[in-house]
This record gives sequence, structure tokens and C-alpha cells, in this order.
Amino acid sequence: MQSNTQQQIPNSKFLIPYCLHLADTTLILSHRNSEWCGHGPILEQDIALTNIALDLLGQARNFYQYAAMLMGVEFDEDKLAYLREPNEFKNHLIAEHPNSDWAVTILRQFYFSCYQYYFYSELKNSNDEQLAAIATKALKEVTYHLRWSTEWVVRLGDGTEESNTKMQNAVEFLKDYVIEFFVMSDYETELLKDAVSIDVKAIQGKWQQKVNDVFEEATLNFVPSPNSRFGGKDGEHSEHLVSLLEEMQSLQRTYPNSVW
Amino acid sequence: MIIAQSISIKKIWKILETVCDPEVPVLTITDLGIVRDVKIVDDFVEVVITPTYTGCPAMDMIAMNIRFALIENGYSNVKITSVLSPAWTTDWMTETGKQKLKEYGIAPPKGNAESIAFDGVECPQCHSINTKLISEFGSTACKALYKCEDCKEPFDYFKCY
Repeated sequence: MQSNTQQQIPNSKFLIPYCLHLADTTLILSHRNSEWCGHGPILEQDIALTNIALDLLGQARNFYQYAAMLMGVEFDEDKLAYLREPNEFKNHLIAEHPNSDWAVTILRQFYFSCYQYYFYSELKNSNDEQLAAIATKALKEVTYHLRWSTEWVVRLGDGTEESNTKMQNAVEFLKDYVIEFFVMSDYETELLKDAVSIDVKAIQGKWQQKVNDVFEEATLNFVPSPNSRFGGKDGEHSEHLVSLLEEMQSLQRTYPNSVW
Repeated sequence: MIIAQSISIKKIWKILETVCDPEVPVLTITDLGIVRDVKIVDDFVEVVITPTYTGCPAMDMIAMNIRFALIENGYSNVKITSVLSPAWTTDWMTETGKQKLKEYGIAPPKGNAESIAFDGVECPQCHSINTKLISEFGSTACKALYKCEDCKEPFDYFKCY
């Protein structure tokens, strides 16, 4: 559908890894959230989290389709999702982290939705029309994700002694993985020159302010990390991504080109 | 020629008005506002649609159903194009569509898309506004789950988007 626009995009060298980064992050978190399907603490929240997983999968598909269009006819969204190696994935490390308990899942979704909210709010003004269109649409969905996850952080943080302890443990558990949201990769820095990408460093203040406000209401304490983890956006991952992909890609790897 | 074309385009819109959403079959795709344009280019018909939710699995089926409906009516060369911009919004849902939703038992979106209204949603069964949000997410991406405090019936609400 956008077949003739390939030649008009001069910076596809950097745009392709950028699209893959955006696609991989949303795909991997979608997959993690979908692991809760049938295991949520109550039915409505099981459904909520799988709905969020579906929205993230939709965003991933849009970014993969765009990347595939830039890469040429031999690529498509399925090949990019199912046939790439772990070190080719550019997702944030926080997305591949195992779900652990409900508190960690909720807090990760809140951190991520908050990041996506400010990220897409900027990306919708991108000079790249397709990225801007995807961001405008995704922002509508992320607004609901942020509402939902905020309510749960407050409900659990300001809940019982046990739920508060579990949430505070989750803050500790995830503390090394938040700074990566705000570290520019080389491809982002290059694309920023043409206002195609956004400056993720510039949204850190908004993100932190929102987290602080919600934590105050939730009676939680934010813990800064002296030992933040980076590298996911450039393909350096934990063993968790390897086992995740092993499961997610098993069908296409075993029966190449199979379709529904 | 131009007159002949505009007549055919009208005919095609009429056909599209019969294609239903697979998940909310009481709504047609024109009620939902997802058909953005119809063009006749040389010997083929191009239908431009826009997805509702990014991950909505109904979109592939809708594209297939459009194709079937046009083929049944003698238009065999069909091209379906999907565009993301401008992003679909529940503001494009027709008044007829909202009325049909209500009669079907789903509360239609309240106010405009920017408002993200969750308060004062009217029960489609007994029309009370003494209703309670159970969950912001429901059986499909577009719906939230409610309960009526008066007639005690649970119901779906089509969220603002």
C-alpha cells in the first residue's frame, strides 16, 4: 500500500533500526503480558492485560510493516517478528524481563505506559508521516493503558500492608531498567537531525514527575539505580529474551512459512 | 463518463452499507465510519479503509468481507487500501449506528473522543444512569464492562476513542 514511497526516504539506514526498535519493544512486552492470559488474579484484570497486549501487538505490526516496506520485497512483518535472532532485537530490557508477580507486572506496565504516553505525544509530530500516523493512533490506546496501570499502582501501593510491601519490592526489582528509556541510541541521534525521531532524554523529566505524583498517592518511594542496565536498543540482551523468543518463534522455526 | 462514475460510486457505497462488523454485527462498516473513500480507477474499485484499534483482529475479516460483497455484486477487480491517518475516532460513528448499538444492548460512546467519558453512561436496558464501571477493558478492544445499579444487568460500553 505504501510501495512507491521507498525511494523518497533518504535516511532508511537509520529509520529501519528505529522502526525495529519500536516494533520489538511493543512486541516483546505484548508477549510478556499475554503470558498472563488465563492466569490473572481476577477475570476482569486478566482481560484488561490481554487487551493491552493486543493493542501493543497492533502497534508492533504497524512498525514491522513499515520496516518491511523500507527493507524491500523479501521482508514482511512475520519474518521480522519470527525469524530474527535475539541479538537482532532492539527492545528495551524492561520489556523482556520475566513477569514475576502481579506487582512487578503492574509497575512495569505503568512505567512503560507512562514512557509511551510522553514518547508518542512527541512522535506524533515527527517529520516522518508514517511514524506520526502510528503514534497518533497508538496514543489513544496508551492513554487508556496509563489510566488503568496508574489506578492499579495506587490501589496496591495504598492498599494493605502486604500489597504495599509487594509494590515497594517491585520498585526495587525494576529500578535498574528505567533509565534505558531515556538513553539515545545512535540511530535515534541521527534521525533527530531531521526531526524524524524524538529526543528521549527530553521526556525523562515529565516521566519522573508523573511517577513521583502517582507514587505519592500510592505511598511508594521511588528508588534511583546506581547500576542501570543498557544495551537492549542495540541488541545486547539478557538470557530472558532468548527463552522468550525460543517459545514465541518455535512454530515458524519448526514449520517455516506456515500460515493460519 | 463522470456522471456514470459517480453513479457507480454511489452503488458501491450502497453495497458497503451491507457489510457488517464481525464482532458487533449490528453495525455496518459505514456506521462505524471506517470506510474513508471509494474510487474507481480504470477497471478496478478501490476502497480505502482505516483500522479501528491498531490490534483489532476484525480488520482482516472486514477487508475480506468487503471483497466478497463487491464480487457478489459483479465488481471483481477490487483493491482495498488501509490508511492510518487521520486516525479513526468514535466521533465518526453515525447517529444511526449509535442507536443500533443501544438497541443491541451496548451503550454507545458518550460525548466526544477527547473526553474519555466513563461517568454517567446510560444503561441500554432500562436507561438509568445509575451505572457502575466494572472494568475499563471488556470482551473486545473497543468495549468497557459496566453494571446497572438499578436493573442490576451487566452491559458493555463502546469506549470513546
